[in-house]
Amino acid sequence: MQQSTGAWRRVAAVMGAAALVFAACSSNSSSGSAKTVNVIGTWGGDEEKNFKAMVAPWEKETGNTVKYTGTRDINQILTTGVASGVLPDLAGLPGPGQMKQFAQAGALKPLDDVLDMAKYKDETAKALVDLGTVDGKTVGVFIKAAVKGLIWYSPKLHDYAASPPKTWDDLTSQAAANKGNAESTWCVGLESGAASGWPGTDWIEDIVLRTAGPDKYDQWWAGKLKWSSPEIKAAFQQFGKVVADAYGGTNTVLTTNFEKGGDPLFKSPPGCEFHHQASFITGLGAFKAAKAGTDYNFFPFPDIDPKYTGAIEGAGDLFGMFHDTPEAKSLIKYLVTAPAQDIWVKAGGALSANKNATDYPDDIAKRSAALLTDAKIFAFDASDLMPTAMNNAFWKAILDYTKDPSKLDSILSDLDKVQVDAYKPS
Amino acid sequence: MDPRLFTAVVVVVGVPAVLVGYIYATELGLRLAPAVWRDRIRPWFWLAPALLLLAVFLILPTIGTIVRSFQNTAATAFVGLDNYVWFFGSNDALIALRNSALWVVFLTVFCVGLGLLIAVLVDRVRFESVAKSVIFVPLAISMVAAGVIWRFMYAYEAPGTPQTGFLNGVLAAFGIDPVPWLTIDTLAFNTILLIVVMTWMWTGFAMVILSAALKGISPELLEAARVDGATEWRVFRYITFPLLLPTIAVVSTTIIITALKAFDIVYTMTNGAFDTDNIALLMYKTLNDGEFGRSSAVAVVLLVAIVPIMALNINRFRAQEAVR
Repeated sequence: MQQSTGAWRRVAAVMGAAALVFAACSSNSSSGSAKTVNVIGTWGGDEEKNFKAMVAPWEKETGNTVKYTGTRDINQILTTGVASGVLPDLAGLPGPGQMKQFAQAGALKPLDDVLDMAKYKDETAKALVDLGTVDGKTVGVFIKAAVKGLIWYSPKLHDYAASPPKTWDDLTSQAAANKGNAESTWCVGLESGAASGWPGTDWIEDIVLRTAGPDKYDQWWAGKLKWSSPEIKAAFQQFGKVVADAYGGTNTVLTTNFEKGGDPLFKSPPGCEFHHQASFITGLGAFKAAKAGTDYNFFPFPDIDPKYTGAIEGAGDLFGMFHDTPEAKSLIKYLVTAPAQDIWVKAGGALSANKNATDYPDDIAKRSAALLTDAKIFAFDASDLMPTAMNNAFWKAILDYTKDPSKLDSILSDLDKVQVDAYKPS
Repeated sequence: MDPRLFTAVVVVVGVPAVLVGYIYATELGLRLAPAVWRDRIRPWFWLAPALLLLAVFLILPTIGTIVRSFQNTAATAFVGLDNYVWFFGSNDALIALRNSALWVVFLTVFCVGLGLLIAVLVDRVRFESVAKSVIFVPLAISMVAAGVIWRFMYAYEAPGTPQTGFLNGVLAAFGIDPVPWLTIDTLAFNTILLIVVMTWMWTGFAMVILSAALKGISPELLEAARVDGATEWRVFRYITFPLLLPTIAVVSTTIIITALKAFDIVYTMTNGAFDTDNIALLMYKTLNDGEFGRSSAVAVVLLVAIVPIMALNINRFRAQEAVR
């Protein structure tokens, strides 16, 4: 026993000493040279590739590395991150609504001293600059932008380039006239993992904007217009009519991923005549391989009520800084410049908030960008402006309504209940 | 040196070193105490680190959560039972509760039933170990991986287009229209389909343990019964099954707890859409909505649901200890 305790003591001493030696020897191998900037965003697949291409020149110039992680659950990660303090350096923010929540919690660092503010304000559309501001400080910048609510069609079935429908009634009558051998009028794809239902929210927003006008639209996303009000209810019902005439019926609409939602346009015979989706669809699904102008084209969402003509719904990927390390500051300053923006723009499927980024790959992208800059009435994506809880409930409501349109009243009253809670300042 | 390699070395070397050092230090400390007390105090010293970790990572958070469930979202005021009122008044939360109950009942019945059936059938066959390995393998993969695999099983494409899902592919081979499996919520069908995924993973667990217990039954007992003219069914019903009951109780308890915790599968496959929500997922969703008070209330409901099972478990351990 004496022998073995002595032996154990020696073993323990050696192990302890070894640990101490290693501790002493621990040189910070990451000191000085290359720093890492942690970035998280919702992009995956091709979008992720484009982002990596966008940061490559910066990495080369500064010698630092950008560590990007993509996740569709960015809402969750950032909400818990703000509460726990575990946050990346830069992150794609889900929307201005959540950006405001994070800024007011003190998690987002102001960018007024980081960016060349004069140049930034000069180059960027005013609406987008303002959306990134909370309490007078700039906390979010748009890395890329998109126009929502474009109606995509295949010119092979019928070419609308010369005279696109200007009103919704015009669209319905032309759709009936030009149907040919298409299986249905619309293609809709609502699936998107944890965010399933969001393409339907774009539909509702486009309809509300054009039937109730920008003022009611603003009241709605600010939580001041009830979901059960006649304007919103009518918008849902109009969306219901679209789904009733959608390719594959309700089940296909519910289970098709948004990236593939427009693929039936390219089938022969065509699965549908139109697909409603944002400008970024050109980089996804079957659109990627197809030729712009010949295989697909778009016209903007037509007016519904002539009072609210010229309205455009836009969105963008908002970026914010959680840790103001020198590398993070340098990266975000680089990301808003025209040369950086041009990289993604050139790859396709993205528009830039920067007026000087003009390297659009084709005519379609140029026209979308022009819609963004020339919009008479510019509205930002309403669901991105809502608080997280409201946004999630909206997505779910789309799925529930699509599944069973007869439950509309109870769905809307449930949304009203969420609205009461979600907008309370926390 | 790569900081991660350094960390690995420190952990592998340092943790045992610290533990051994601690025991050694307490022995030195005990020498200061009167000899009579040494044996009484020593167990507490040895338990101290574990108790400390339990207190910090288990007991304090539990108390914290219970307290939090009576507060509002910002933790600035106590709101009494408001969060619980919301829970029992919210249609979505009640559906989640119903689904969790379904999970508990059906997962246990499926796993234990299938596990028992397979264990008994495979018992006297030559390819026993191969069969058992095949059924056990799914337990080794992560639940998220299982969720992704089964999404392909249940996948749905529009009628008339090539089917990517296995089940719909089989139906298409017979000329039947594809079925959107995971969206069917009549009679909680889609929840049952999700439970099937978990059953696929956990039947192996039940089977392995029940098989071991089965082999522990004295063969002379069974021989005697057969010689007396009992049919296989009677042998099973009146001898095998009663002798297996303690093991079935153990397996069932474990599976009930797993069922109440089921999260990954529901999250990856449907994210709770189409009425497939369950308590664990609801807790996660309310948490990321920033509704911390409500999330805590859901957690407490889950805790209260587990307590009876825990009590049964503890009673059983006590009974076993008493026999020893």
